[in-house]
Formats: sequence, structure tokens, C-alpha cells
Amino acid sequence: MSTASHATNDATARRGKAPAGERVADWADGRLGIYSLAKANMRKIFPDHWSFMLGEVALYSFMIIILTGVYLTLFFHPSMQDVTYSGPYVPLQGIRMSEAYASTMNISFEVRGGLLIRQIHHWAAIVFIAAMLVHMMRVFFTGAFRKPREINWLFGFLLLVLGMFTGFTGYSLPDDLLSGTGVRFMEGAILSMPIVGTYLSMFLFGGEFPGHDFVARFYTIHILLLPGIMAGLLVAHLILVFYHKHTQFPGAGRTEKNVVGMPLLPVYMAKAGGFFFLVFGVIAAMAALASINPIWEYGPYRPDQVSTGAQPDWYMGFSEGLIRAMPGWEINFLGHTLQLGVFLPLMIFPLVLAAIAVYPFIESWVTGDTREHHILDRPRNHPVRTGVGTAWIAWYMVLLLGGGNDIVATHFHLSINAVTWFVRIGFFVLPLLTFIATKRICLGLQRRDKDKVLHGRETGVIKRLPHGEFIEVHEPLSQEKLYTLTQHEQPKPIEVGPEVDENGVQRKIGTMTKVRAKLSQGFYGEGSQIPKPTAEEHVEITSGHGHH
Amino acid sequence: MKKLSARRRHPLAALVVLFCALAATGGLYAAFAPAEKAQADSSQSLAIEEGKRLYAVGCATCHALNGQGTSVGPSLIGVGSAAVDFQVGTGRMPAQQPGAQIPRKKRIYSQTQIDQIAAYIASLGPGPSIPTKDQYSPDGADIANGGQLFRTNCAQCHNASGKGGALSNGKFAPTLDGIPPKYIYEAMLTGPQNMPSFPDSVMPPKEKKDIVAYLNKIDTSSSPSEGGLELGGLGPVSEGLFGWIFGLGAMIAVAVWVAARTTKARKS
Repeated sequence: MSTASHATNDATARRGKAPAGERVADWADGRLGIYSLAKANMRKIFPDHWSFMLGEVALYSFMIIILTGVYLTLFFHPSMQDVTYSGPYVPLQGIRMSEAYASTMNISFEVRGGLLIRQIHHWAAIVFIAAMLVHMMRVFFTGAFRKPREINWLFGFLLLVLGMFTGFTGYSLPDDLLSGTGVRFMEGAILSMPIVGTYLSMFLFGGEFPGHDFVARFYTIHILLLPGIMAGLLVAHLILVFYHKHTQFPGAGRTEKNVVGMPLLPVYMAKAGGFFFLVFGVIAAMAALASINPIWEYGPYRPDQVSTGAQPDWYMGFSEGLIRAMPGWEINFLGHTLQLGVFLPLMIFPLVLAAIAVYPFIESWVTGDTREHHILDRPRNHPVRTGVGTAWIAWYMVLLLGGGNDIVATHFHLSINAVTWFVRIGFFVLPLLTFIATKRICLGLQRRDKDKVLHGRETGVIKRLPHGEFIEVHEPLSQEKLYTLTQHEQPKPIEVGPEVDENGVQRKIGTMTKVRAKLSQGFYGEGSQIPKPTAEEHVEITSGHGHH
Repeated sequence: MKKLSARRRHPLAALVVLFCALAATGGLYAAFAPAEKAQADSSQSLAIEEGKRLYAVGCATCHALNGQGTSVGPSLIGVGSAAVDFQVGTGRMPAQQPGAQIPRKKRIYSQTQIDQIAAYIASLGPGPSIPTKDQYSPDGADIANGGQLFRTNCAQCHNASGKGGALSNGKFAPTLDGIPPKYIYEAMLTGPQNMPSFPDSVMPPKEKKDIVAYLNKIDTSSSPSEGGLELGGLGPVSEGLFGWIFGLGAMIAVAVWVAARTTKARKS
């Protein structure tokens, strides 16, 4: 289009009415102030990295869960009324069951698309919590939880915990034999609490287990209370991401003061929108291909029946592992029976989760770092943090293994007792070993980086010199690469300070200060980081003395 | 003869002699060994006779010559023909090696031989006998009732859908998928290895028939899996693994793909 005709068009438009879209936008701006909002946010820059999209996977699965969940509520009856099954699934015809179970059977066998939607809902839940955990690990290992993002870290953590419990209450709703066993498990854990246990159980179940109330109560918790809180937290989480701006990996041109990437509109809108459909597609494909929670195979719940291989969904698996690994200790305390075999795991359960949640605060206390951070760490440059993270994963994994000890035993032809003992010992030993191994690997990688900076990349090209010596040709790194490998700062450990002050009087040094200095030494002391190459070293080595 | 004597120091001579000697021994044994009796004898006593012979060869090492048992094998007096048909028919017996539990394997006796051994063991003392076909056939059984009974009596070891489970110290309840109805019936009747027995006084034949019919109905090899891939029918553990490996794995692959495809910044 030539400039001249463009001008005429503009002129005619000005003379006539503005286009419809513009008028609608004007109308909305007059009432909502969208122009200033859009101006501020549409050009917001987001950095590009696949690991930044893990949170998006969680977000989109959550949306899919809400969408499919709404459909399921149209057909599910949260009632424990006794009914006799007369649907199309032959092996259950004539069996008495709760209305909740019967309506889930109805969804699975008679409602159009019901089974597919149910399976999408359940698979999305599995993926949702897995994605949250992986997203959390990404944030952890890159140090994205540091100031100013500590509160957002806690929001995310709360979302994970709430997600677990929303999942658990949802898994319990169909009132099938498997989930009923899970609810019974939970009731047992509540009962093991001294003094308050029985009261709490009676309150929750409206009388003796299972009673007639828990499905309706769990239903309210599952579809209203917990998702409501989660939606609120999620919005807050996203607002904070906008407010803080996204972190970015170190690289040439990236500083603590800028964000290098693509604008939200149009690039990220298109990418994120497309990614939503990709996530939906993957989950729909999973649901269409693979069966999940086939409640008709388990049968309706009856307290006198139980099936082996009864596990919760994976995100509750570590609590199952805690119970399975714990010896069945029982003591009598002043005439009261304390069921430690259940009570101790119940107490360790929140500790496992809290251990990872409080780490950012411990780290900021130990390092005394109060600056803002927007450039991410490479995990190798913080061996202690990376070690703590992998140790926690090992801890979690060994408990997960314990939760499936029977499946492990039958499928690897092992004794279930041996698997349980492995979990018991591994609970204490594996995190330690993992920590040590990870720290060593990180230090090794730091050494490798140092080598690469000073001596360049090994090319694999062998050259023979005139006097017969063979050398490998090393290719010097590009300036960008050198920057990426050496941009990180290496903090100095905090010192307690001199024993005596300037007047020779003994200083008072609190125990906490000493502990902090010790920990700081562990974080950044000699054994915890390899001094990065300095510019002088680099110049000296690359200035031509020697041939590599 | 001269030719032969000239070659007696040939390097292969010893081998040829050895071969001839072996052929001669084998041939002579075949010629003089007692010929096998005809198998198809309907007489009960003949079956017992044959069974006893088979027993002496394959079973007596552990269960003793007259079935009274030893320290490694239990007494077989009074276990009945149903126990023999189950143990030998599913290949569990003769056992390959001692262990926490004797696993199912390829069976090595023909049905005729099994019947003969069973006849011999049944002759040692009264016990449950091999069920007839209309006892265990699923026709006319109440499948739903069978499911109820299965969940009450069997699922705690064999899993609600009969996929098996772990017992203490390496013992296990095997999967019931693809097991012929006869053997399931016999297992209930005789209680092999770690399984409790459900004699007719405890569980009437009608109820056993219902259970067999239920298992036959839900058997994965014959019935469709409504939800798609069964993932072993093991419940949340295999579902979780599938979700992590294929679900999250696919998500990460897609994320990497999307992140790798980006618009190039254009200088304007």
C-alpha cells in the first residue's frame, strides 16, 4: 500500500465513524481504564527458556481440572445413600453401594464422554502436582526464591500443599474400595493423635467411620473450599510474577536491572496460548489412551473389605511410605495407648514438606544476603544449595519407594521386608550420601568451567608439532561464553570477628552468631567453591606462553 | 585289515572308538530295556500303579517314598487329587529349587500322567478330589455375588482385580489373570502354599463357582479395559509412573520445542 492511499484512507476514517473495535475499546477504556493497563503490561518482557514454562504446565493443568471438574459436578451425586446398582457394568449388577459410587459408575459408563472427562480430570491432577513440584525444583536450584521472591515461593509452596489435599479429597469422592481404604488410613492417622484424635475423627466423619457424611463434606472441600483458596493464591502468585518481573539466566547483556526476552504481546500471548492447547492435547491424549482409577474394578467401599496394592495417588505416596516404613511401635503412657507407629509418621509428614519450604529463609539468614536478585544462579555455582535440594529429592523418593514397597517387591522379585528395611535405612542415609555426591559433582563442574575458561574447549583435534610432540588443539571460548562462565560472584563466608575488641576486652559472641558463621563457612568456605578464574589468570595463560 | 591297522594312530582314531562304544551301549540298552506298558489303561489300579512309578521318580525325593513327607516337603497323605492336579498342573511341582515360594512355571507332565499321580496320592488317604467341569464352569453363576465374595475373601492378598500382591519375606499372592477356572477352583479347595483353604464346609461350591465366574469375567485377556491401557492394573503406583514419565515427559518435550522456536528480534 502506498503512502498516498494510506493517507486518504486515514482521512476518510477520520471523517466517518471510528471502526467498531476501536469504539468498543474506547467504551471500555472510559469505564475500566484498559488503555493505561495495556500500555503498562502489553510490552512486558519475558525471557525465553523451556524451564520457565514448567509453571505454565501447572497453570494450564489447573485450568483443565477446573473445566472438566465443572462437567463432572453436573452428574456426580455427593451422597452416601444406599442404592442398588442396575447399570450396564455386569459384574456389579445387584450390588449395594453408595449413591456417590453409583453416580461415578454412571459417569463412567453412561454419560456421554463421561469416562473421558473423568480421566482427563484425574490425569490432569496427576500432571498438575507433578508440574508444580518440578517447577518448584527449578525455582529452588536456580535460586529464584531469593529476595524479592520469598513470599511468592511460599505462595507456590502453599499451592503445592493445597493441591495435594484437593487431590486427596477428590480421589476419595467416588467412595470406591481403593479410596475408601485411603480415607480409612487418614482416619487412623487422625485417631493416633493423643487426646484430640477421637474428637477430631468424630467431628470430621459426623460419628463413627465411615458414617453418612464424609463424601458430602469432602465434596464441599474438594470443589469449593480448597480450589477457591487455590485460585486466589494462584492469582496472587501470577501478580507477583508480573510485579517482580521474571528472572533470567545469566548471559551477555543481562543484568540485575533489565530483562532480555520477548514482549508479552504478541509473542508470549501467542506462545502461551498455543502452549495451553499443547498441554491440553497431551493430557487429553493420556486420558484417551490410558486408564486411570478404574473404580469398577475396585468395587464399592465397604469397611470389611480391603484390597492389597492400596496406595494413594503419587503425591500422597510419601506419606504412605512413612507409615509403611515405620515400625509398629505402641507404648502405654499413664494408662493411655500411644500408637507411635502411626503418630510419628503423621508428625514427620509436615516436616518433610516444611524442610524444603523454609530453606530460602535459612539460606538468606546464613548468607546475610539482603540484595535483590533477578539473575538466576547456575546450580553448580552453589554446591551446598544444590546438594540440599537433591538430598531432599532423595529423601522424598525413598519415601515414595516405601509407599510402593509391595509393588516393588513383587515386580523385582524381592522380599517386601528387605525393601522396607532399605527404606528405613535410606531415610537417614540416602539424603546424606546424595548431598555429598552432589556437592562433589558441583565442585567438579566448577573446575571444568575454570579449565574451559583458561584453556578453551577441547576440540579433539590432535596436532603433531615439528619436533614430534603431539598436542590437542584447544579452541578459546567466545567472549559471551566466557562471561556466562565467570559472571557469578563468589561470596565470602561470614566471620565471627576477633575474640577481643580493640581494648583487649573479650567480646560477647552469641551462640547463634557462631552457628551462623559455621554454616556460612560450610556454604562458601574453602571446600564449597572453586575460586573462579580471574582476568589476570586468563590473560597470562592466553597471552602466548605455552601452547594451550 | 592292513588299512585299519595303518590308521590306528590317526588323531581321530580315539574319537571313532569312543563313538562306536557309546553307540553300542545305547543300542544294547534300547534292545534289552523293558518296553513301556501301554498308557491307555482305564483300570483305576493300573493308574495308581503308574502314578506310583511317576511319583517315585519325580516327587519322592522331597515327599518321601510313601508320601509321608520329609523335612523339605510336606506329607501328601490326605491332600487329595485336587492338590496334585493344581500343583503339578500349574507347573509348581516338581519344584525347581527351594525358596520363599514355589512359583508357577511351564508344566512338565502330561494331563494323563498328572491324573495317574493324582490317583496314587488320592489312594493314600481321603482328600478333596479334582472338581468336575460343571462345578467350575462360569455358566449359570452369579458374577456380582462372586465379586462381592472375592473382595471380602481374596482381594486383601490377590488385589481387587486379581493382579496379585506381596506377602511377607518374598512370598507373594500370584496374579489370577489368565489362570484356567479349574485351577482357581482347586486352589480355593486345597489352599496351596501360603493360601488358606476354603473347603466346602467353609465356602459352599456355589460360592466358589461364583468367584471363578467373576474372575473369568474381569480377566484382562478376555474382557476389554474400558478406560484404555490398563498399566498393569496396579493402581496409583503405575498411574503415577505413567503420569511422570509420559505425561510430564511429554510436557517438558513440548516446552523445549516451544521455547526453541522463537521469533528473531528484528531491527527496525
